[in-house]
Amino acid sequence: MSGQYAIIMDNVNKWYGRFHVLRDASLTVARGERIVICGPSGSGKSTLIRCINRLEDHQSGRIIVEGRELTRNVRAIDEVRREVGMVFQQFNLFPHLTVLQNCTLAQTWVRKRPKAVADKIAMDLLDRVRIADQAHKYPGQLSGGQQQRAAIARALAMEPKIMLFDEPTSALDPEMIGEVLEVMVELAEDGMTMMVVTHEMGFARKVADCVIFMDQGEIVERAPPERFFNNPQHERTKQFLSQILSGH
Amino acid sequence: MAKRASAHRGPPDRPWGPLILDWLRDNLFSSVTNTLLTIAAIAFIYVVVPPIVNWTIVDAVWSGTGRADCIGEGKGACWPFISARSDQLIYGQYAAAERYRVDIVYLLGAIGLAWILIPRLPGKFWAGLGMATVFPVVAYLLLSGGVFDLPVVPTERWGGLLLTLLISVVGIATSFPIGVLLALGRRSNMPIVSLLCTCFIEFVRGVPLITLLFMAANVVPLFMPQGVSLDKLLRALIVISLFSAAYMAEVIRGGLQALPRGQSEAAAALGLGYWKTTFLIVLPQAIKISLPSIVSSCISLLKDTSLIATIGFFDFLQIIKAGNSDPAWSAPNVAITGYLFAALVYWTLCFGMSRYSAYLEDTVAGGKVGAGKL
Repeated sequence: MSGQYAIIMDNVNKWYGRFHVLRDASLTVARGERIVICGPSGSGKSTLIRCINRLEDHQSGRIIVEGRELTRNVRAIDEVRREVGMVFQQFNLFPHLTVLQNCTLAQTWVRKRPKAVADKIAMDLLDRVRIADQAHKYPGQLSGGQQQRAAIARALAMEPKIMLFDEPTSALDPEMIGEVLEVMVELAEDGMTMMVVTHEMGFARKVADCVIFMDQGEIVERAPPERFFNNPQHERTKQFLSQILSGH
Repeated sequence: MAKRASAHRGPPDRPWGPLILDWLRDNLFSSVTNTLLTIAAIAFIYVVVPPIVNWTIVDAVWSGTGRADCIGEGKGACWPFISARSDQLIYGQYAAAERYRVDIVYLLGAIGLAWILIPRLPGKFWAGLGMATVFPVVAYLLLSGGVFDLPVVPTERWGGLLLTLLISVVGIATSFPIGVLLALGRRSNMPIVSLLCTCFIEFVRGVPLITLLFMAANVVPLFMPQGVSLDKLLRALIVISLFSAAYMAEVIRGGLQALPRGQSEAAAALGLGYWKTTFLIVLPQAIKISLPSIVSSCISLLKDTSLIATIGFFDFLQIIKAGNSDPAWSAPNVAITGYLFAALVYWTLCFGMSRYSAYLEDTVAGGKVGAGKL
């Protein structure tokens, strides 16, 4: 069953204290599939993707990533994290390391690559996200857009099979959103399995294989972008879309 | 390019005179309150500084052999007292013929420390490793003797600056790693580890150092098994290290808490486990954040070494105190001179540490640039 799917979530429930953040969330992500998750703030979309590399633990249901079930088993968690790259809203680059060191650290300590190999891979990726000339600067010296592209390169350096994006453009100034989305579009076109939490509906239309709408911890609707935007089935989806699209 | 910009946009050249007047007006006489404060400060300096300069330099006695030279109307500081005591101040009661051994330790320590502290010198790792492993062994063997035909010098005779520096250096070098472990332990998810670390920290911080020193000196030997004995200096060292480690732990915990959660999340997402995340990502940043407080702890430790006088050791301050009660020198201005000199030496050591930390804060990787965007 797990063969063709990169991610399987089966009736996942999670509570923060008494607050029910995820209610019976079930979904599958096929290899190479690009999924965009949207929904109002507090709907549980960030929690959902943070469960996939177990930055958050779930209290019931099953999550299987690349054939490994996420449980309390620390070794399995580390194995999954090696295969899953993550990009955060706040970039979370390591400020005490240069951009290049940010991209080589996990390669040398987790993948045990020799320094020269790690440097080469990192420089190629930094070149791909168009900040190779910033490699020897510290994150604090870069613009927000450059930092987020560096963070993408850092995640890609581990050669992950799945990439998770948690509102990657929400902390950026408007003029920098484009440069980050451009990198993400290229990544999608290369066939990376991606789950993206975002409000960038243009990105969803352009690259998503399907769009998921979440509200109050529930997966309300899942549809290809065409149908999702033109012919949403659920009242809550319609309401959300009218709110978010009227602003554009 | 830069030249053209400055020719057009630089501030206009102005003569020095008006510039100084502007500075005075802006900084010293900008308001009525500020003017009053300036006048009060000048008055205070006038009342305090000239007498001090007179006493320590102008009216001071600079040569002599005993109290007779220093005692008398209108005489200031008695500096010959310090030079007469200099051997004891540096070596304590260490056997006179063996003092070259102390000199070697001083020299080795100074070279090793300089190597570690001056960022430009290469081979930091080896220097650090040497100072942490080889130096303590060599220093101990040299100082205590008993090997290679070196006569034994019991620790009771170690004293003066030797003892003060020894305890400070050993205390700082051991309390820092212990403090790091305690801080990590206190924040650990494992309840027993966390409880033990918290109890230890709160117990040690809740008891005065003197109490602990007394216990180490007088109570601990009672509980030792028959025939086993720990050197008293070693017991004192352990107490001081653990005492300082408890404070260090809280300081480092503050740094750990100041770090955004995203840092360890990003490290975890890359597949780094707990220890790698801690040593590669979390600690370097947490230590940098808490550096000023860590140095404060080191300074406290250095000054607290003077408390070992209460369990019978003759540290730097105690040697001066003993000298004051020597009938050959006993005089009021001799006592003041001694304490003044002690204050000066302690201050120099502490101020040195403080400046070094300020320098580190500016130069550690990502220094000022990285700090803002944490």
